[in-house]
Amino acid sequence: MKKMRFCLALLLFLLPLSLTGCDMFAEKAEEGQDVLYVYSWGDYIDAEMLKKFEEETGIHVVLDEYDTNESMYPRIAEGAEDYDVLCPSDYMVSKLIRNGLLQPLDFEQLPHARQYIGEDFFRQVKTFDREGKYTVPYCWGTVGIIYNTRLVDDPVDSWQILWNEKYRDNILMQDSARDSLMIPLKLMGKSMNTLDESELMAARDMLIEQKPLVQAYGVDDIRDKMISGEAALGVTFSGEAINMIDANEDLAFLLAPKEGTNVWIDGWVIPKSARHPENAHKFIDFMCRPDVAVTNFRHLGYSTPNTAVKAQVAEELGDNAYLAFPPEEVYEGQESYRYLGEKLDKIYTRIWLQVKNSR
Amino acid sequence: MRERLSARLSSHSFLALPFALWAALFIVLPLFFVLWTGLTDGAGRFTAEHLSTVLQPEYLRALKLSVELALLSTCICLVLAYPLCLILRERRERQGLLVFLLFLLPLWMNSLLTTMAWQTIMEKHGIINMLLSALGLPGVHLINTPAAIVIGMVYNFLPYMVLPLYVSISRIDESIIEAARDLGANPFQTLRRVLLPLSLPGIVSGSTMVFIPSLTTFVISALLGGNKVLLVGNIIEQEFTAAYDWQLGSALSVVLMVFIILNILLEAFTNSGEQGKKRRP
Repeated sequence: MKKMRFCLALLLFLLPLSLTGCDMFAEKAEEGQDVLYVYSWGDYIDAEMLKKFEEETGIHVVLDEYDTNESMYPRIAEGAEDYDVLCPSDYMVSKLIRNGLLQPLDFEQLPHARQYIGEDFFRQVKTFDREGKYTVPYCWGTVGIIYNTRLVDDPVDSWQILWNEKYRDNILMQDSARDSLMIPLKLMGKSMNTLDESELMAARDMLIEQKPLVQAYGVDDIRDKMISGEAALGVTFSGEAINMIDANEDLAFLLAPKEGTNVWIDGWVIPKSARHPENAHKFIDFMCRPDVAVTNFRHLGYSTPNTAVKAQVAEELGDNAYLAFPPEEVYEGQESYRYLGEKLDKIYTRIWLQVKNSR
Repeated sequence: MRERLSARLSSHSFLALPFALWAALFIVLPLFFVLWTGLTDGAGRFTAEHLSTVLQPEYLRALKLSVELALLSTCICLVLAYPLCLILRERRERQGLLVFLLFLLPLWMNSLLTTMAWQTIMEKHGIINMLLSALGLPGVHLINTPAAIVIGMVYNFLPYMVLPLYVSISRIDESIIEAARDLGANPFQTLRRVLLPLSLPGIVSGSTMVFIPSLTTFVISALLGGNKVLLVGNIIEQEFTAAYDWQLGSALSVVLMVFIILNILLEAFTNSGEQGKKRRP
């Protein structure tokens, strides 16, 4: 999810906006055929599993992909297309709910979800989907600190290390307003979903103060820079961290600094405008089946809330099993992002601009 | 006679129709959309709100920095390209063509790739610093600074300076230069009084072709500036993608367009001046 394909985004941005209408529904289903329109993150489902779903149910799946929550939202909001299943992140789920764009799920039709998705994740879902009626979690992770053990000799247990003068020009931050402001907010003991502007301004000032120590604000490039030893410390997501550690064994990852961190969840939801809600339920339940969840996990590497997966893959993961399946105390009680409303969105954008613009 | 002329004209304009259509659809219409989005609120009412937002210090600062860096890289490109074109002019034959092609070579590669290559060259543990440390010299801090962005711009856009400059310099009649020498001008005077004025259109159009992409780039500043140095192009990109504030993004584009139009006016002005000169008996 957060793995934003930077290059792809650039290319997409270059495409004339007038052409966006042309790629709707890459393929049209034949008349009368049972179909399902899925709109999900790029490369978020193992292709074999889609084939398997089609074979087992006879439902033809049409898959469209997006690379940011923000590019997905307007297509749903404007009602231009009737997708049946989406896979947005936490705060986007709450934005969709708030604007009345989702329909409640019928958990009677989701036996596998009820059986295999961990109870604690349904609890975590309630931080952005208050009644827990709309979302079945699919992938999750934390935002933590990846660090190079050869370059960092202090204990890494707190966000505070990102303000340590010793690591000047050795720190990589996320190029995202939400993920960056979350850190100083947590350091101050505030909520990452705060609506209090003065808290946000204080957080902004901390980021401005930190900026001279920051080597770069990155997206995907954080991975390359950490692997090559170009930087000592970086803020990244747990799923990504496993890939980095596989590539460079000097790296280690702190899942949750002691001040607390963000637990993100991407989940399946059904838009109100869905024309095949029954098929959508079948699909969501299929994705929760242990054999399917295992295959998807192997393909993706992101943590799964599916309780049946761990036993099957723990051995092949070795030391990384701790990162892929963190114990409950790591994520218990952590916050997830919630949609803060349009006004706060603008403030976040503005603050982020001020941070990046400062000297 | 008159009829025939008008018939000829209309047949000519008929030939221009495909381009006119193209221009209307893909140049004028999108421009209109940008203007419209920048000057209206979400509901279609006219507002100057977004334009005034652009005047806030953080936007102005990015704009100022973009203009400065674009000007700097234009000057560097000019200083690099002018002597080169003079040399190429001397040996205009096959050899000159080869050197000329070499300078255009970067254009054949995807600019994203070449920019990423520069990232590897200038990194903290990159090629430059590896060489320096092998020689026992202290390393240089280049990546993620404005200097790195300027280097990236110069590398990517130098061919756009060389191209028009070479055309305009190689077109200068040799006999004019010989005449200048015959009349006692030393090489410097020849350059200042003859070559420079005659190659002015090339200088101006080359500068325009470097200045405009430098002013609007967002890839180079993102990759070589580590997203720490914010240019207008980056802000526009952010407004359109992450922030989903198309109004503000368009308003910023409109402001940028003012600079671009100024630049093009300058070019048109020097060109028409040049033509005026030619027409004189």
